[in-house]
Amino acid sequence: MTFDEQAIASDLDARVGQLLAAHEPAQADPQEFLGARFDAGLAWVQFPEGHGGLGVPQSFQEQVNAALNAAGAPEPAVAKNGIGFGMAAPTIAAFGTEEQKRTFLRPLYIGEHIYCQLFSEPGAGSDFASLATRAVRDGDDWIVNGQKVWTSNAQNAQMAILVARTDPNVPKHAGLTYFLCDMTDPGVEVRPLRQITGEAEFNEVFLTDVRVPDANRLGAQGQGWQVALTTLNNERVAIGSGVPTAMIGKVAAAWRAQPELRNPAMLDELMRLWVESETTRLTGERLRQQLVSGQPGPEGSAMKLALARLTQAISGLEMQLHGEAGLRYDDWTLRRPEIVDFIGRGPGYRYLRAKGNSIEGGTSEILRNVIAERVLGLPPEHRVDKDIAWKDLPR
Amino acid sequence: MTTANLLYTDTEDALRDTVRRLFAERCKPEAVVTLYDHPDADFTGVWKTLAAELGLAGLLVPESLGGAGASTREAAVVMEEIGRAVAPVPFLSSAVLATVALLKTGETQTLRSLADGSTTGSLTIPLSTPPGAYTATVRVGASGLIGRVSSVADANTSDVLVVPVSGPDGLELHTVARAAAGMKVTPALPLDMTRPIADVEFSAVASTRVDNGAAEDAVAEALLCGAVLLASEQVGVAQWCLETTLGYVKERKQFGRAVGSFQGLKHRLADLWLEVSSAGATARYAADTYARGEADTATAAGVAQAYCSDIAVHAAEECIQQHGGIGMTWEYPAHLYLKRAKSDQLALGTAYHHRARLAELIDLPM
Repeated sequence: MTFDEQAIASDLDARVGQLLAAHEPAQADPQEFLGARFDAGLAWVQFPEGHGGLGVPQSFQEQVNAALNAAGAPEPAVAKNGIGFGMAAPTIAAFGTEEQKRTFLRPLYIGEHIYCQLFSEPGAGSDFASLATRAVRDGDDWIVNGQKVWTSNAQNAQMAILVARTDPNVPKHAGLTYFLCDMTDPGVEVRPLRQITGEAEFNEVFLTDVRVPDANRLGAQGQGWQVALTTLNNERVAIGSGVPTAMIGKVAAAWRAQPELRNPAMLDELMRLWVESETTRLTGERLRQQLVSGQPGPEGSAMKLALARLTQAISGLEMQLHGEAGLRYDDWTLRRPEIVDFIGRGPGYRYLRAKGNSIEGGTSEILRNVIAERVLGLPPEHRVDKDIAWKDLPR
Repeated sequence: MTTANLLYTDTEDALRDTVRRLFAERCKPEAVVTLYDHPDADFTGVWKTLAAELGLAGLLVPESLGGAGASTREAAVVMEEIGRAVAPVPFLSSAVLATVALLKTGETQTLRSLADGSTTGSLTIPLSTPPGAYTATVRVGASGLIGRVSSVADANTSDVLVVPVSGPDGLELHTVARAAAGMKVTPALPLDMTRPIADVEFSAVASTRVDNGAAEDAVAEALLCGAVLLASEQVGVAQWCLETTLGYVKERKQFGRAVGSFQGLKHRLADLWLEVSSAGATARYAADTYARGEADTATAAGVAQAYCSDIAVHAAEECIQQHGGIGMTWEYPAHLYLKRAKSDQLALGTAYHHRARLAELIDLPM
């Protein structure tokens, strides 16, 4: 540790001490405590002062979290508000005005605002930039109409990150704008979307004359694509970490507990996947060390790609390991889980749910394009629609 | 547990620059390829510079014994560069395997001469020997060492052989001058001509026992350290293959387009990049874990070998395939890397072996 780092570390210790002294963690109301933590700059230390941070490197967050956890302090609902913490917050921090950061970051952090993501549409999946949801200016507001899909947590969300088309007369990437949308607006209708696992983790969201104040516009009008890329890069990192290690742990536990399931050919396959889970964990760890501060780049796409391949291979092997038990499923009733769970429930669920890993947050094919073009500098795909106004594209 | 540092320090980057410059000047692919037609092509000058002038033969040796007092972190950087250049230097056999074995026994005389680069040594085991228990094929006879060891890396250019020997009370470790009476070292024709192998026969050879009772540990430690560092060489091989292939597919045009614009190639290169990046992180973790003397070094080494050895081969195979016809030619250096990668995959245990060993280490019994 350098002198500066030591100074930061001891300053953080002091701030944690003051926070704990002023708000007895065992008695404090969780939202009140989290609010005080935010105001003390200990929410996300890399953010600017006044916005939940102190403008110090992100690597110091771990120290703060450890100290507060040790004291039994209430923790922010990161899992319940994955979109908020993983995607909305870094995007607001990067593109929000002072006023927007002041308005939106604190409620997000203390759990008042659960977020969902209104990006994909039935006609705009991999070609997300071709989306058709329209936002039309009306005085100080925008009137939004359209249909979104694959929206997890929409039924619980107070807020959404939304990308809509504000100018159909320019090429598709140039006509998009990014908004923070109030999900309690009467024009928002949420319908569960049932998936192959039986549950409805996602929703379809219908937007009919939804009113969004211009004050909720993140970035400039027409800058929505650039803003959305920040969100998507964060999404890919958010999905990537830790899951294969947990999944292979389940398989290893079954292997140890049930000798009758063992088979020498499977052991080598299991070890191959165990090794790859370990190398993926280390790759993620190195990526974190490289990106201690700053935004994740397209390299994050690689983690998502590795995760998808591994979770599918591991869960496929797990089904075969269980043999007869793999013929059974735990529950086909329509559930609406609040938290996405790749590793809970039974092997059949894990196998089916993992199929989504190579589709959600960018298909593996799109991610390979991203890596090939933006990391490796290979020639881009032929794009016939690049210079044509969105309204003139063949549909 | 301290968190592993998976990145490179400024000192390590400077070391890399030095070694890369040396190989760029004196170990060009067109020079290395001559080894296949002229096995005696002389690269001892490059080795002398690397070992003695730059002082890298003694990286793993403490300063008190005339070494640089560095660790596997620095040695791994050298191995990466050796892989990148498929450099025909006996760093692995002399500065790693022979050196680590002697270090563990407490021997100092030979060790000092290995560390200062004045002498080259070779641990006399088949290059394909995996870490774990080693059964010696040389024994102590009435008038000296008797036996035969095949496929020993760099044995025919070494001054000293460090020989695991089966003695009356278990494994022993002896040093023998390669030129000693009763020694017969017969070069074999290797798949990878950049790492010579030879068969060594002992017919009543006078030797010096050096193990101080620690021969088992010494051989095990040398093989473990070798496995850790070989992973970094494999990363270097893989990186060269990936970078060279990328350069080629951006230039090569067919059907009026750079062939790298076709998803059939670019998606495979994206996957390969991910594999090579993962191999880099994994080899770095093994080198760092060994350097810190962590308890799970054997697992880290096993993971690194189980992964990196296959990735280097995959990268070299993709390099040949994505170059098309040119990749198959004698003139183009891709084959040097395929041969090194495939031999490295067999060296110090295959990935299959390492996975089987890992299964025991992490308690996944058959």
